[in-house]
Amino acid sequence: MDTDSNAVHYVFLGTAACFVLGLHLMNHPRTARRGNTISASAMAVAIAATVWLVIHQSTITTTGWLVLASGGLVGAALGLYAAREVKMTAMPQLVSLFNAVGGGAAALIAVNDLLQAENPAGLGARVSLPGALDIVIGAVTFSGSLIAAAKLQGVVSGAPVVFPGARLLNVLLPAAFVAGAVWLVLSPDSRTALYGLVAVALLFGVTMVLPIGGADMPVVIALLNAFTGSAVAMAGFVLNETALIIAGMLVSSSGGILTKLMADAMNRSIANIVVGGFGTGDAAPAVTAGGAAQVRPVSGDDVAIQLAYARKVVFVPGYGLAAAQAQHELGDLAKLLADHGIDVSYAVHPVAGRMPGHMNVLLAEANVPYTQLKEMDDVNPEFPQADVALVIGANDVTNPIARRPGNAISGMPILDVDKAKSVVVIKRSMGHGYAGIDNELYTDPKTGMFFTDAKKGLAELKAAVGEFVS
Amino acid sequence: MNGLDLLTAITVFVLSVLVGVEVISKVPATLHTPLMSGSNAVHGIVVIGAMLIAAESHTWLGYVLSFVAMVFGAMNVVGGYVVTDRMLEMFKARPAAEKTDRNEKAEV
Repeated sequence: MDTDSNAVHYVFLGTAACFVLGLHLMNHPRTARRGNTISASAMAVAIAATVWLVIHQSTITTTGWLVLASGGLVGAALGLYAAREVKMTAMPQLVSLFNAVGGGAAALIAVNDLLQAENPAGLGARVSLPGALDIVIGAVTFSGSLIAAAKLQGVVSGAPVVFPGARLLNVLLPAAFVAGAVWLVLSPDSRTALYGLVAVALLFGVTMVLPIGGADMPVVIALLNAFTGSAVAMAGFVLNETALIIAGMLVSSSGGILTKLMADAMNRSIANIVVGGFGTGDAAPAVTAGGAAQVRPVSGDDVAIQLAYARKVVFVPGYGLAAAQAQHELGDLAKLLADHGIDVSYAVHPVAGRMPGHMNVLLAEANVPYTQLKEMDDVNPEFPQADVALVIGANDVTNPIARRPGNAISGMPILDVDKAKSVVVIKRSMGHGYAGIDNELYTDPKTGMFFTDAKKGLAELKAAVGEFVS
Repeated sequence: MNGLDLLTAITVFVLSVLVGVEVISKVPATLHTPLMSGSNAVHGIVVIGAMLIAAESHTWLGYVLSFVAMVFGAMNVVGGYVVTDRMLEMFKARPAAEKTDRNEKAEV
């Protein structure tokens, strides 16, 4: 039996190597799909090897087989359905949901291990410490991710939900689960400690995510992704399975890197985020609306002429574009221009969308070739050559005021839209972005404001450009 | 089970973090969403843990816990890989076929 389980561990090692290879191939859109296939195949092999191991160990009961098979089938069917049906705009909810189930499964493994141990009092810290960590991280991720998904879906208000004493609770609860975890490590047989810890961790997941506003969701999802990975790695320690440790930590580092990138792009420190109460915009001074600043309104025909006679056009899409469901109209307009020989590209800010990289997926769905999707650092040097920069649904990330100290977005990395030869902003009104401050780009003399709904405006532009170039 | 000592486990843990950071930092921002859902699918490996606890269960409580863990884990693996593939399929270097009618219109 020992050699059998050894053989299986060689298979697991190969699986882990394939996971790394799969993630490595994600470094280019051309190879990424192959990477995902390699990773998925390796997972299938690992699952098959585990089935074989379970058969050979022959400790499993008939009911155990039923549980294993029915649970697997139900889960697979649910996952397949969700993955097939989900709309690309709803991707953040789905990823959040997968974070929740991953974290939940990891926590259940530790709960089960502590409950089922033959001699729980005799469990050393070797099992009980990672077990306690697994329960805390897994349960926080489970409830936190469910709340995040509910907020993104609009089931729970996307606005920060703050109740009296929320901040106090967010200090007390971690203290409570540190105490609970220590208690559980010292006496792994205590049911009170176990159930108490699960309850406190679940509650903390809720109170941690509730006060967070919709605009900060990219950071939250990335952070919860990192948590899930850590929970799975802890489950690996509990079960003595290196495959879980490796896979869990790969995910955790991915989540960690994305959290850092998102936090930097939003101009917040990770510490500020973990303490909570962010996304409320409370740091922004309330500036009186507009102050009748001189903006230059333009008509659809004006913009269409500008676009038709440009050599280089850069589109700057923000979440407002996706909210208006106008990505297909934008893709169509861009394609018309590109077919006419105009150099077209998209400047995508890291926080455009509701999760890291979300805008790119939305544009890819609208048939935009990935060669036109440019990252902030690559596209910024190109703005001075752009004849027209067309901003749709983006606000704070284009505000030149971020380059100066002393305001709510000082130091935030922005797209250098103001350096383009001319700028057109499609916007419904002079409303503010999340930071609640005036955008100096709008009052720049070379900026034209095209006041309209994004979907309607882009369709109008496409029709008008079509007439000019035909 | 296998005699994996604590030091080895921690070594694996630390090296995995380093490899993860190294590999992931090279992924372009364009692919961050598929990266996230793809790595999401990778942590679905937890389903193996769920299978192992199902194999050791002999009580109703154990069966219930492992059933829920199996559902969660399987959903994570299958959903994660399928949705990632769906997204990556959309990333093309050139626009897809249905462009022809618009091409004609533009050239009239």
